Amino acid sequence: MSSKTVMNVMLAFYMAIFFGFLFGPLIVMGISSFNTSTYPQVYPIEGLTLTWFEKLLNDRDMVYGMKNSLWIGMWVVLLSVPLGLAAAMMMSQIYSKARSFYYVIVVSPVLTPGVIIGISTVVFWRDLTTATNSKFLYDGVFLAVLGQSSFISAYCMLMFMSRLNRFDRAQEEAGLDLGASQTQVFFHILLPFLRPAIFSSAVLAFLSSFENYNTTTFAILADKTLTTVLAGRVRQGTTPAISALAVLIIAVTIVGAIIYELVKRREDRERQARLDAAHAAELRELESIEKATLHA
Amino acid sequence: MLSSTGHPFIFLLPVLAFVIFWVMAKFEPKPVGVTKKSFFERNGTPVAIYLIVAVAFWALFMIVLPQLFMVEMSFRPKLPPVEMGGPKDLYTFENYHYFIYGSTTSSDAINWVHIKAFFLTILASLLVALFNFALCYPLAYYMAQAARPARVRFLLLLLIAPYWVNEILRAFAFRIIFSSGGLINKMLLGAGFVDQPIDFIGNDIALYAGLGYAYMLMMIFSLYNAIETLDHAQIEAARDLGAPWWHIHSFIVIPFAKPGIASGCTLVFMLSAGSLAAPLVLGGPRSLWFTPILYDRFFQAFNWPQGAAYAFILLLACVSFVLLVLRLGRLSLGEIAK
Repeated sequence: MSSKTVMNVMLAFYMAIFFGFLFGPLIVMGISSFNTSTYPQVYPIEGLTLTWFEKLLNDRDMVYGMKNSLWIGMWVVLLSVPLGLAAAMMMSQIYSKARSFYYVIVVSPVLTPGVIIGISTVVFWRDLTTATNSKFLYDGVFLAVLGQSSFISAYCMLMFMSRLNRFDRAQEEAGLDLGASQTQVFFHILLPFLRPAIFSSAVLAFLSSFENYNTTTFAILADKTLTTVLAGRVRQGTTPAISALAVLIIAVTIVGAIIYELVKRREDRERQARLDAAHAAELRELESIEKATLHA
Repeated sequence: MLSSTGHPFIFLLPVLAFVIFWVMAKFEPKPVGVTKKSFFERNGTPVAIYLIVAVAFWALFMIVLPQLFMVEMSFRPKLPPVEMGGPKDLYTFENYHYFIYGSTTSSDAINWVHIKAFFLTILASLLVALFNFALCYPLAYYMAQAARPARVRFLLLLLIAPYWVNEILRAFAFRIIFSSGGLINKMLLGAGFVDQPIDFIGNDIALYAGLGYAYMLMMIFSLYNAIETLDHAQIEAARDLGAPWWHIHSFIVIPFAKPGIASGCTLVFMLSAGSLAAPLVLGGPRSLWFTPILYDRFFQAFNWPQGAAYAFILLLACVSFVLLVLRLGRLSLGEIAK
């Protein structure tokens, strides 16, 4: 047996262990959600059933928490994406001696444990709203949006920074030379250039918000989101209805991932088609110039 | 000192920082002959206003001020609301004192339970980070240097998929597997290896496995991004010169991927030290983990200042860890936070 085959066998073995560890727990959970046994178990299968899914949909707290989570997720996207963009644009323009100071501040939420972000958000807004007598701002959903956006904006900022690194300043100058105002350059050149980053940071922001627990459990106060309801349920005891929820989330995810992949492929194809067309046009032009010079 | 002086002072701090930098910028010698456009000219007024308002709101009201308020609160005594701001509201170290010495009613001289939980959390998080590194490195290397692009795309999809399921559900899956009536115990009993179920949850085995599982993705991506930029020709050259595989890894790939390794380890350490879902779901009745203790300061003891002090202690631990990693790896923050 050559050393290459040995390597391949070892690689296959390692991959099997790795992905077994990655998917094993989810598969176990998935199977348990269809088993009739009241304790989530895989073996023995006592019978197949969909009762757990029905139980889940009739669980009022769960449905309420789900709606709240979606609502918070939407606001987090609307807040974090613009904040992240502004912070990324500021990075290259800020006074050079203040830059590393600024960088430490805006990156710190990524490296701060989520519980601490949640606690500090609640402490700050409680004191601020008491001091200014604006108690209506001391609201679970509002604080959850702010607490989550605090670090999700940093994720978005990092994504925008890596996209902005590839921005060709000549495009901006060309726009200005052709008489566009700075504002027009921003809306007609920079934003279209950033579109992929805006899209992917919006997706990331929504997902991070939807599945967040550490920050939300403090910031949500007396209100509920899907994750806090779930945490309560799991602590009370284990029921296959929770597995059923996981199965639903996985199913939605897979569909979402497929759609995302298809959209991306179509965009790639369209871009390729545009490039090909431009290339063909260029060739034609060159040919006609060549012909003209030959005739002359 | 009366603690009513704290809040105005905190609000003054950012203003002070801004003034210092502004003065520094004003007195900086300008290069001769170069006229720089002002911030407003460069961005156009509407965009410039948007940038300033957005960044100021985020940095001040969502990052800096909340943290400072939390730190300030940790030095306050626990008082009923009526007495807040009154003569009894003096700055104190009693919350930190509690962490080390415990309450006055306890007979122990030192608050062993909390201190032990704290150091166990730090140690276990370190081990989780190292374990994750060992587990993920081969796959990251394979994806970044050896696999074909189509396969990499497929593997990335496989890796991301489990992370769309939230942390609590992932911990729940481990509970199903490790509980006394769970899959592993059933298999062990059925095969006759043991005659009574092993208490994986009470022994914290489930907790550590769940933590290791929860943050693998961060490690994989940090490593993958770092190794991917390494020019494959370097590896080929080393191989042609007869370097054994472990030389290639320890002298070429790992030194090159240092920032990625540092960022992966920092993220995993921070996430597991601050993790709340896994200890709540997978912790046994006697499990020691710092975040549930912190959680109970707020929701069972209703002692917010003490909770704030505990949160600050955790924050200090994480900051020290980041600084330590930066110092050890001779890296800058910009290299690891990408």
